[in-house]
Amino acid sequence: MTDSGRNASAAIEVNNLTMAYGDQVIQRDLTFTVQRGDIFIIMGVSGCGKSTLLRHLIGLQRPAAGTVRFGGTDFWDLPSDDRQHFMRHFGVLYQSGALWSSMTLAENIALPLEEYTRLPRAEIAELVSFKLALVGLAGFEDYYPREISGGMKKRAGLARAMALDPDILFFDEPSAGLDPISSRQLDELILELRDSLGTTLVVVTHELASIFTIGSNSVFLDAETRTMIATGDPKKLRDESDDPRVRRFLSRGENGYTETEGGMTR
Amino acid sequence: MSGIEMHQQDELAEVEDYFSRLEDGTIALRLYGDWSAGCIPVSPRKVEEQLTAAQASRLVFDTTQLRSWDSGLLTFLLKIKSLCARLEVAFYEDNLPPGARRLLAMAADRPGRSQEVGRKPPALLERVADRAISAGRMVMDMLAFLGEATVAFGRLLRGRARFRGVDLWEIMRECGASALPIVSLISLLVGMIFAFVGAVQLSMFGAEIYVASLVGISIVRVMGAIMTGIIMAGRTGASFAARIGTMQVNEEIDALSTLGISPMEFLVLPRIIALTLMMPLLCLYADLMGILGGLLVGVTMLDLNVMEYLEMTKNTVRLKDFWVGLFHSGVFGVLVALSGCLRGVQCGRSASAVGDAATSAVVTSIVNIIVATAVITVICNILGI
Repeated sequence: MTDSGRNASAAIEVNNLTMAYGDQVIQRDLTFTVQRGDIFIIMGVSGCGKSTLLRHLIGLQRPAAGTVRFGGTDFWDLPSDDRQHFMRHFGVLYQSGALWSSMTLAENIALPLEEYTRLPRAEIAELVSFKLALVGLAGFEDYYPREISGGMKKRAGLARAMALDPDILFFDEPSAGLDPISSRQLDELILELRDSLGTTLVVVTHELASIFTIGSNSVFLDAETRTMIATGDPKKLRDESDDPRVRRFLSRGENGYTETEGGMTR
Repeated sequence: MSGIEMHQQDELAEVEDYFSRLEDGTIALRLYGDWSAGCIPVSPRKVEEQLTAAQASRLVFDTTQLRSWDSGLLTFLLKIKSLCARLEVAFYEDNLPPGARRLLAMAADRPGRSQEVGRKPPALLERVADRAISAGRMVMDMLAFLGEATVAFGRLLRGRARFRGVDLWEIMRECGASALPIVSLISLLVGMIFAFVGAVQLSMFGAEIYVASLVGISIVRVMGAIMTGIIMAGRTGASFAARIGTMQVNEEIDALSTLGISPMEFLVLPRIIALTLMMPLLCLYADLMGILGGLLVGVTMLDLNVMEYLEMTKNTVRLKDFWVGLFHSGVFGVLVALSGCLRGVQCGRSASAVGDAATSAVVTSIVNIIVATAVITVICNILGI
């Protein structure tokens, strides 16, 4: 990273973040830290603002108040050109894959490499095939996104997110729309990425099985009070949290407390 | 519940059949047969009449002969329940089928959005103000978009803009060569229509030959450009908006932004360049087809000689008319591409938003074309071109 004076272990520091669309506040006063090598889970009931928080973390939306720091650098303090350049250290897997529909899978994955590296064409092609093989899509280089299934799109999206070997990988509901086995394989891949490449991962999900398998740290957003009500290791939260809302969520509602759904769906 | 056995009358009046009055102000509603949506035999109004007439204090149900029910029964019961609350009548649901009772409880348990947050239709003044504010915002958005496009173009000139050459070629083919058939058809017909309309007037003076100059000048100077502009607004402008809008829906634009690739350079710039290059070429082609249309009418209907017609066209249409026409079409190219891309980039994240984007792209393009024509015409007039 191109920053200076960074906190040795913090990958992302969020301080007093308030998110809003116009006058409508989605969440306020969010403060948490994602350590390097963490698999950080953003969780909460549907419509509480998880995806919005993700959009703030990847720099698509400017905070209404508060700061988001990456390794000590305040993202929104940077001039916009540097901000764009800074973003190359992020990889994002969008909910539906968000592959560029007019390009083949190989072109999709090659585009970031062509943009940010001066590698020769042949080498890019090799890297592309390698990334596709990592996600189990070897041989699908010349397919268009419309020709493959939803689960494959998601995996191809992951291959693209990993194209530049980013420091931080963001996942928006990775297991949504996947069968249990694929979703488990994805979890294993996520763990492998952390262990072998030391990537920091931020995952938006409400899949409990995933949360407990991969999560090492988390933040819990509440739709009613519009702020975070817990942060920490999800397994510990399940067993030790003194907030009934958190315990109820993490035990699939089998733990007292009547929930009323509220909040906005975005 | 007591009182079920109190109901003994056989086939009396219909209303009697469903309601029976029991002692101490209790009314029993007897549900029998089929109580499904669309065939609920008792209206809530009737229940209200019965309750008020009897000054009832309790409402009970008898469902011993209820054969089948569905959500229709449940919505009926919800209405009755709130009716009872209003009339301060106790609502005894004990005899209802257990399934119906559970569903009623669930529906009551989840209020969803509380009523006070619910949307009231705004007052007239508020609506007017909202419109005015959003119109102002729209203009600001347009200007911002124009500014960004200009910056992107500046980067292109400095060789720093990033888009794929393949995309540019593909878009040029799509909005150039692929548009030829429709442009041919429309311009040929417009040329013929002009010739027909002109011939009616000119033949009164025996001046049929001037059909050639009428068609030539109007097509070459402005109509060729306008017709291609409008065709491209409907064809390409809408397609730009829908294409970019769908990318917005699929988060493809977010994916570009997070890679630090500006959607403005990557998506909008190649489209503007392609259409601005292709539009004058299409316009030239439309001019040719329009003159051909006039010629067809002149030769077949007005018995003009082909050479004579062409000679007349050549003598009256000046080269600068061509330049004016081409200038028009270049401007239209920029406007149509900008409008299409603007609406695409502004597109919301739903299927209907994509439809709206395509529609408003066409409307914006056509309005822009007509306004631009007026402005250019006035300027040409002042400059004496």
